[in-house]
Amino acid sequence: MQLALFLIFGGLAVAGALNLLFQRHPINSALSLVVVMMSLAVLYWSLGAEFLAASQVIVYSGAIMVFFVFVIMLLNAGEEERTTGSRAAYLVGFPGAAAIFCLLSFVFLSERKALGYTNIGGYLNHVTSNISEISTLLFTKLLLPFEVTSILILVAILGAVVLARKEQ
Amino acid sequence: MSHLSPFQTFLLLSILKVVVVLVITLTAVAYTVLLERKVLGRIQNRWGPSRTGPFGLLQPLADGIKLFLKEDLLPIAAERPLFIIAPIIALSCALISIAVVPFGGMQTVKGVEMFNIADLNIGLLVILGITSIGVYGIALSGWSSNNKFALLGSLRATSQMISYELALGLSLVGVVLRAQSLSLRDIVNSQGAHGLLSWNFFGGFQFVGFFIYIMAAYAETNRAPFDLPEAESELVAGYHTEYSSMKFAMFFMAEYANMITVSCVASLLFFGGASSPLGHLLPADFGGPILSAIFPILWFVGKVLGFLLLFIWVRGTLPRFRYDQLMSFGWKFLLPLAMVNIIITSLVIALRS
Repeated sequence: MQLALFLIFGGLAVAGALNLLFQRHPINSALSLVVVMMSLAVLYWSLGAEFLAASQVIVYSGAIMVFFVFVIMLLNAGEEERTTGSRAAYLVGFPGAAAIFCLLSFVFLSERKALGYTNIGGYLNHVTSNISEISTLLFTKLLLPFEVTSILILVAILGAVVLARKEQ
Repeated sequence: MSHLSPFQTFLLLSILKVVVVLVITLTAVAYTVLLERKVLGRIQNRWGPSRTGPFGLLQPLADGIKLFLKEDLLPIAAERPLFIIAPIIALSCALISIAVVPFGGMQTVKGVEMFNIADLNIGLLVILGITSIGVYGIALSGWSSNNKFALLGSLRATSQMISYELALGLSLVGVVLRAQSLSLRDIVNSQGAHGLLSWNFFGGFQFVGFFIYIMAAYAETNRAPFDLPEAESELVAGYHTEYSSMKFAMFFMAEYANMITVSCVASLLFFGGASSPLGHLLPADFGGPILSAIFPILWFVGKVLGFLLLFIWVRGTLPRFRYDQLMSFGWKFLLPLAMVNIIITSLVIALRS
């Protein structure tokens, strides 16, 4: 069951990511990104991080991507033109992407023990609830980073207000 | 059923529950439309539909047949795939959120809970998440129909729903703090101790949260007095201007299914869900095992029906807001009020413990 979920939604995430690159209209790309995020949420959930899954759906798919779609709709962005691509992308991009892929898989495979394991599934119903654990962690051990992040977001909001305000 | 494995019983019973709940929800959607037309008619001193069947009871059936048989127009300049997907997103998101609602008491048959399709430990967040996905249906419908009115309507609807989602989510935090859980079943159980007096609305002093929730919910479902996205005097019909036949019907059903979901959530979170207002005045096994399983469902349906009537009553009473009024009401009044509610509730809980 869990393996099936992983195969279906992992495949869906990869397909959505590829579709994001190949689509010519920005709104289709944005919607493929939504599909990627939703499938990632299902994967998180099947790994036992149900709170992370829910916040992924609410924050990323429900708020941020809606604003992306909104901006595309308002700007009425047309279809992209196909170019043959720059030479730099071919020379640096493909080897770079391959290198990052190899590096990450090497790290994950060699540090398996240190990273630890989690069982797939068994979390979907009432077995564990990690919301209280997350909140305890956030308000004790990670209090400083948490508050600093909130201040960072506050600064960003203030900056947006200053930029958007009309000159008197 | 003895030769089935636990997984097979679980699967079969789940499919049965899904089918039954889906059929009941869709019927309820159809009859909510009729109820609205009848009650609005009486509010405006006229009869409402009364010709089809006894008391107009067959009107939803006639409407359904009409919508099925109408020609399905597809504008030439529309973005074809998105134009078709948008109503499907809207309706399926509206129907999926019913799945986490516990609509009866705790009754298990062979280890499978009967009156709840899925009891998730983050049920409340699932409902909020699905609601936030439902925005796409409306946003895409307006954009893909390539019509100015539809685009303006969908922009209004999207910004309104995103703005009020904040107040909606924050208004529920007080309830979550009291129940210490995001599971809807736990939230209902936390209110079951003394009947009416332990409901979050009365005993929990969450009436501020309730009023914020109900106002934000009216805006979320695009209902009067916040029905600006489909303000007919300004925007023809808003985001579904270009839709006809079953595609229009799907938007229509989505609106009413959302109303039902919102009413379910309101009664679960603030009015004790399926628990009886009488508390333990009646013995727990009053009326035998079958009747005592049915009573909670009746209480729940009664509460939901009450909220649906409130929706209709408000629509028949209040005029439409202006757009800037709507936005400033949501951001400058409801949101700060919801935050004050959270602070006071958490202070009280912290002082008591």
